[in-house]
Amino acid sequence: MKSIFFHLMPYRDLPDDFEQRYESVWVTPPNQELCDPVKVTQYYQWNLDELELADQLGFDGLGVNEHHQNAYGFMASPNLMAAALARRTPNKSAILVLGNTLALYQPALRVAEEFAMLDCMTEGRLAAGFPVGTSMDVNRCYGVTPTETRPRFYEAHDLIIKAWTQPGPFAYNGRFNKLRYVNPWPLPLQKPHPPVWLAGGGSIETYEMAVNHDYTYNFLSFFGYQFAKKVMDTFWETADRLGADRNPYRAGFAQQICVAETDAQAEELYREHVMYFFKKCLHIPPYFMETPGYRTKRSTEFVLKSNTPAERAAAAMARDDWNALVDGGFVIAGSPDTVTERLIEACKSLRVGNLIALLQIGSMPHELTKQNITLFATEVMPRLRSLWQDEGWEHKWWPQGARQEAPAAAVAGE
Amino acid sequence: MQPDESVLELRDGRFKIRTLQAGSGDPLLYVHGAGGLFWDPLLDALAANHRVVAPEHPGAGESQGLEYVEDLWDLVLYYNELLDHLGIDRAKVVGHSFGGMVAAELACNNPERVERLVLIAPIGLWRDDHPVPDISGMPPERLPELVFADPQGPVAAMLPRPDPNDPEALFRASMTMASVLQFIWPLPDKGLSKRLYRLKAPTLLVWGTEDKLVHPAYGEDFAAAIANARLELVEGAGHLPQLEQAERTIGLITGFLS
Repeated sequence: MKSIFFHLMPYRDLPDDFEQRYESVWVTPPNQELCDPVKVTQYYQWNLDELELADQLGFDGLGVNEHHQNAYGFMASPNLMAAALARRTPNKSAILVLGNTLALYQPALRVAEEFAMLDCMTEGRLAAGFPVGTSMDVNRCYGVTPTETRPRFYEAHDLIIKAWTQPGPFAYNGRFNKLRYVNPWPLPLQKPHPPVWLAGGGSIETYEMAVNHDYTYNFLSFFGYQFAKKVMDTFWETADRLGADRNPYRAGFAQQICVAETDAQAEELYREHVMYFFKKCLHIPPYFMETPGYRTKRSTEFVLKSNTPAERAAAAMARDDWNALVDGGFVIAGSPDTVTERLIEACKSLRVGNLIALLQIGSMPHELTKQNITLFATEVMPRLRSLWQDEGWEHKWWPQGARQEAPAAAVAGE
Repeated sequence: MQPDESVLELRDGRFKIRTLQAGSGDPLLYVHGAGGLFWDPLLDALAANHRVVAPEHPGAGESQGLEYVEDLWDLVLYYNELLDHLGIDRAKVVGHSFGGMVAAELACNNPERVERLVLIAPIGLWRDDHPVPDISGMPPERLPELVFADPQGPVAAMLPRPDPNDPEALFRASMTMASVLQFIWPLPDKGLSKRLYRLKAPTLLVWGTEDKLVHPAYGEDFAAAIANARLELVEGAGHLPQLEQAERTIGLITGFLS
């Protein structure tokens, strides 16, 4: 079982009345009013320190991602963060960029180039994440026509894989990308190319793409493992239908995790920051979430038939109800024993071999974040490693240059 | 008047277009707006003297074929095919809002096919001092105040809206909006201002003085750019003057077309 420390890089000091005063945490939170570059300068130092600490403590991977005009994640370019990490991660963790939002890049060749640079700079430790992206980022912030979201994504994927594998120069005549000379320098170090990790939010086409191309599927939601169950079950049914095996390393899922000495202490330490996340960082109006045309007809029908975890989280928030968040699995919090037990239950029930651990949550300050990362790494992670060992699966999607096993120091519990 | 409803099939069935038709006389093409295709008193009045053809936009409602019209150029060619299919060489064309933009594009590209043109609060231009609001990026309950002079009035209450508890209805409304956004995202300026010099048809522009979706200032821009245009402002109407001030609006349009 792989543990990946994933950092969203949120703004940690939004005003107390943010969700009453402002329309949304994404797209329209007024930048000159709310986003203080002096604070951001400090946050970026903390964020990178936290990621580097995770490498030192023996995490298998470090995760970064891309969002735009977003106060819960202002990593407009995850590639810049990955580049900063490339030379400061001596323990050789995998660097998972989950990912570059392909539909935003014109030409998408830019992604092939930057990922190839990162793969060389990290000596083959890159996992190349290809998310479709949210409607907020793709349609609203970057102005991509909603009905072109998926066509652009598919074409960009096709172009990037060809750019990495087909000898250049060659011409590419796509609908959106028209290039006379495709011949990127450099090419990735990993062959045939870095492992591709798809990141999705429950669109049925993405499951099929993951299975058909033999990529990992990663469910990145903030609503926890109980709600992920329906999504991951559908993913595995898709794998069965399309003839793929049930190798758990095909799948990953994101979970907010808070570790303390005791269950009671977890609530005491983390409650405020988790509430901040759910109240402020998920303050997104429904009309931004689903611009008409963003989802295909097929996926729209699927989503309309699914229940919405956001509503249950919102209900728990309205009551300021920590127990509802914990019981509902939105956050896994408690003593190392409690967290380990629930994570094993979660990963088994979802059949995932990649745990994308969200350990910095909302307003969580630097020192507490380091404590959470450290407790997870020393007390929980070692007990998760062997989760799938008895089934004997090979992790075919782990970057070739990354450390494949626990580092000696972490095994010794140092 | 009860219009005939049929499904027109074009390009070997790639397009399946629900179409409302009524009346006889000079052919008149009606191009609806983002709200969808409805038979309303304006169409009734026009059908008294015209053969009214009101096709649904591809991808809107029950009509299919959006994937074959990737951009405005495709859409203008498609409308040429539609007129060919109906055996109409030349028509009067009436368009509302997004339909007004499409009608104007058609009249610019094919001046020979458009005899007279009526544009009711068309989109298609952009002014920084009066940005057209993003109707898909706001709570649905805000729409009436943008669209109607009197958001609490009887006309506003009559406007069909999808039932928020009916997923099927919401799904159809979302797909209709998507089929329109495909041509106007992220801003409705797709270069029409460069092409309006080609528009030869005598043109009537009708605008509600209280239109908060597409400000009447745009009416002046259209009128200035079109060689033979007249702008009529309708007091007490918003973005749907044909519903909110039906008598006056219908009078203006039928007078212009007769």
